[in-house]
Amino acid sequence: MADKARVRIEAARYLRFFEERGASVAETDILQPAETLLDLYGEDIRARAFVTHDPDFGEAMLRPDFTVPVVQMHMAEGAEPARYAYMGEVFRAQDESKHRASEYFQVGYEVFDRASPIEADAEVFALLKEVLEPFNLRAATGDMGLLLAAVRGLGTTDRRKAALLRHIWRPRRFRALLDRFAGRAPLPEGRDALLAMTEPMDVKTPQIGLRAPAEIAERIDALREDAAAAPISAQEVELLDDLLGLRETTANVLEHLRDIAVDMPAIAQAVDRLEMRAEALAKRGIDVATLDFEGSYGRTSMEYYDGFVFGFYAEARPDLPPVATGGRYDALTRVLGNQNGEARDIPAVGGVIRPELTLELTGEAGQ
Amino acid sequence: MTVKLGVPSKGRLMEKTFDWFGAAGIGLSRTGSDREYAAAVDGIDGVELVLLSAGEVPRELAAGRIHLGVTGSDLVREKLGAWNEKVIELAPMGFGHADLIIAVPKCWVDVNTLDDLDAVAAAFRAKHGFRLRIATKYHRLIRDYLRDHGVADYQLVDSQGATEGTVKNETAEAVADITSTGETLRANHLKILSGGPVHKSQATLFKSRKVNWTDSERATLAELCKKLGIDR
Repeated sequence: MADKARVRIEAARYLRFFEERGASVAETDILQPAETLLDLYGEDIRARAFVTHDPDFGEAMLRPDFTVPVVQMHMAEGAEPARYAYMGEVFRAQDESKHRASEYFQVGYEVFDRASPIEADAEVFALLKEVLEPFNLRAATGDMGLLLAAVRGLGTTDRRKAALLRHIWRPRRFRALLDRFAGRAPLPEGRDALLAMTEPMDVKTPQIGLRAPAEIAERIDALREDAAAAPISAQEVELLDDLLGLRETTANVLEHLRDIAVDMPAIAQAVDRLEMRAEALAKRGIDVATLDFEGSYGRTSMEYYDGFVFGFYAEARPDLPPVATGGRYDALTRVLGNQNGEARDIPAVGGVIRPELTLELTGEAGQ
Repeated sequence: MTVKLGVPSKGRLMEKTFDWFGAAGIGLSRTGSDREYAAAVDGIDGVELVLLSAGEVPRELAAGRIHLGVTGSDLVREKLGAWNEKVIELAPMGFGHADLIIAVPKCWVDVNTLDDLDAVAAAFRAKHGFRLRIATKYHRLIRDYLRDHGVADYQLVDSQGATEGTVKNETAEAVADITSTGETLRANHLKILSGGPVHKSQATLFKSRKVNWTDSERATLAELCKKLGIDR
């Protein structure tokens, strides 16, 4: 690994690039309140972030990413539209594979702009592509918006759709739920017995805990509604699988998606957006005829991307993590905007570069 | 140099460990007064007995300060990240059996599986405004298990004792703890989720991967394993 002083110089070079393109430089604290991150990412983040404790401050985490603090800063004081650049260390605990760095630099660029989200998507991607041009990286893209639209459009109950949407970033759980809702997997153990009872509430056992009997009764009603609902059709599952399995160039995928949209009209608007984005990218000099598109891209990353997603990879070095990643995270701003009791959100898209990786690639190129 | 063998310093776990080694002709014993933590080994040369708390055995193994150690397989998995890069299981010892389980109130008739728990966690968070609380001292094991099974919208709250009482006290909605008979759970109106335990624990002889073994220590280990009938 390159030494830290060199990484800092490399990072500063990217920061300057973004600044010259109109971004204002943002600084965030390294110590972040743990509660916000836990509520956002769930308990899993404890395994991936460094948790520390201060008698006054309470539980804190060493900044695992910049996205959350930058969004918070923008929502607290930012004028719109806004473009931010930042650089600094992020900290990720590496419990299982110690071969990855637990502390590394990121340089990022984030755009908060309501006027034209599609233009903003293209702007961020093109900017990263431009600054990473010397490294000859392969770009992969995806669109979580397509998947979200497909699930919202399924011909099934709202409860089922909500359950699928909740787990869209957990592919295994999503698959298990989809199989069950499609009648391809059995109900969980004990479900049939419960549904067969006329008086399922157990009145003989003491009612303990905060979860009230009314909540239990409500869920039993929901389970009965679910049992009575028709399974998601095999055709719909097949279309969803087609969507998830897409791996083509952006130019080719549009044609394929138009075909899917004939049977799945719910995604038509998302496909339109994809097409407009492809045009916006082409206008900025991106060759969409060779730009890879993957239907499942963005489902397993830590950030909760919900639109355009992308990553840049050094193909000759499969051992390295992606050199740069990014995407749109409108829903994240909604969640963080709601935390102060007022409902606010703003379309947001951004990306980060890991300068120690580009240094490593430079070193190789020089040999 | 001697091969250091870490063994729990008190209680049934110590006695059963002494019996287990004794059955193979290796005599472990405490010496000196009742309160002095001194020990002796008979029947094999070059082995030194180190008495310490079962909870500290994983850490000492991972640091390479002891060569071998006896402790619960649950403690090794809980206290060491990437445990199998740090220690090797030489032999399960057939005692100290306990299951790490997740339990919910028995009155939750709608909850039998992790799948149910996940759905209830989502509804609970929407209703109460915070993530469903699971009281435990097995943070790593439970978090990994729930992540692997795609459970969301929960939080772990630390409970170092009387964990089964937390639900009635309304400081948690569910618990994750070890149990051998389930008696305490039943007495506290809790039921175990179906689908098998999170981990089936038992006392286990571990070998450290973090020790640089000398030739003489290696020879001692070979002899010890031969006596214990451990096929390495």
